[in-house]
Amino acid sequence: MDCNHPSAKKPSATADVLSFVATGNASPVLHEVKHALIQLLKTGAESVIDLGAIPFAPGDDRVLNEILGIGEVHATLTVMGESHVRETAIPGVWCVDHLDENGEYQSRFIEVTYMPNILKTQREDAERGLETLAERLGALDDRR
Amino acid sequence: MANKPLLPEMMKTHGVSRRAFLKYCASLTSLMALSPAMVPRVAKALESAPRPSVIWLSFQECTGCTESITRSHSPTIEDLIFNSVSLDYHHTLQAASGHAAEAAREQAMKDNYGKYLLVVDGSIPIKDPGYSCIAGISNLDMLKETAAGAAAIVSVGTCAAYGGVGHANPNPTGAVAVSEIITDKPIINVPGCPPIPVVMTGVLAHFLTFGIPELDALGRPKAFFGESIHDRCYRRPFYDKGKFAESFDDEGARGGWCLYKLGCKGPTTHSACATVKWNNGVSFPIEAGHPCLGCTEPDFWDNGGFYKPLSVPSGDYRKMGLAAIVGGAAIGTASALLSKAGKAKAVKAHETVNAHDLEKSS
Ligand code: SF4
Ligand code: SF4
Repeated sequence: MDCNHPSAKKPSATADVLSFVATGNASPVLHEVKHALIQLLKTGAESVIDLGAIPFAPGDDRVLNEILGIGEVHATLTVMGESHVRETAIPGVWCVDHLDENGEYQSRFIEVTYMPNILKTQREDAERGLETLAERLGALDDRR
Repeated sequence: MANKPLLPEMMKTHGVSRRAFLKYCASLTSLMALSPAMVPRVAKALESAPRPSVIWLSFQECTGCTESITRSHSPTIEDLIFNSVSLDYHHTLQAASGHAAEAAREQAMKDNYGKYLLVVDGSIPIKDPGYSCIAGISNLDMLKETAAGAAAIVSVGTCAAYGGVGHANPNPTGAVAVSEIITDKPIINVPGCPPIPVVMTGVLAHFLTFGIPELDALGRPKAFFGESIHDRCYRRPFYDKGKFAESFDDEGARGGWCLYKLGCKGPTTHSACATVKWNNGVSFPIEAGHPCLGCTEPDFWDNGGFYKPLSVPSGDYRKMGLAAIVGGAAIGTASALLSKAGKAKAVKAHETVNAHDLEKSS
């Protein structure tokens, strides 16, 4: 599974049974992804699809994962619980899963972009980084 | 509390990174059923939102709602958002009591007249207002007086929203909901017994960012109460197949089958329990093997017994929204539609539906 990360809570035995249940919503979502990828290449416009906004059953996830596959990049972020950012086997199409501190899903997105924003260092964090580095260097100098 | 720092400052002190804030905004936007394109706007609004003064009044209640909202174990961004309002009066949480507390309420009202947010939990007794008083002031008088200067009111919990347990038959105190007394102010109902903490902070965040959210016919924010428990229940495929647990320890109960016949009110109950869940997202009652009681709907105490199936005539189902039984976003197939229609017909005729009937129709 690529859009459901293994560090999320293990699915129960009933989940196996449920993996045969599908709403048929995977196909329109995949077409939306295709359209978004065309737009990315044509105009550079990025898109985000909220998987929580669509009724999705485990069978739909299966279809989604089979079609999109697993790509080259997999980043784990530790930000108030884990987040997993994975490029699928369709470059430019990413799965972004936000988990809370208990390993439960908070939200799940498909991002069609060259680089998901959450991976980039945010300016405010870099500013704080500079302050921290200066403090640590000061402490190092004091020790000498 | 007047000089509390704004959210960005508080995030910095708590060591919350900008990236964590963006993650929270993405999840909050999804929870509020807004388009992901709105994430930057949600982030900007949350950062620059002025801290409204909040006066929280607790009337005939069990303190479960306050307990629920203060339930977070670690400093989450929800806490920070809750802290970013200026909670000027909350009888249970504040240090002051009696007349000193009342003086704080009066001061906050005077300083922020017409602008403060009034949060109420608990119902209001009107049979004899003396049944419930704070510092010698009846709940009825305090509500009227405080509501007069409020910009909007949030009725937290089923008691404030619909009367709740106090209003249950035979309603000895004449308990009523806030909306039955105050009719000239916008009222947002956040029912639940108690409401899910993240739903309360989500509504608060929506108020801070975009004002009053879109409400349903019962005054509930559609983003959190737009779907029924049944729409999103992971046991739904069993319901669609007519596979029901008949007792709490039979094969069906062990196999995770649908709890409809054990009294589940999920089909007529609108709440985010099945998706947002409880105890920091650990689980929700149906996942723990217990039917939904329907606690976010008016008069759920009087709707015929928690363990009686919906199809057994006993309560006033009109109030619980019969349409919800027929409607709803199904994760099902054609057979689901068939079984739903069959059930709706049976409910109308007040017949008992059993697994066998449903199996035949699916
Ligand atoms: S009746 Fe209750 S347990 Fe059964 S599918 Fe609906 S919400 Fe879930
Ligand atoms: S599952 Fe039903 S009874 Fe339980 S908290 Fe949610 S809405 Fe209330």
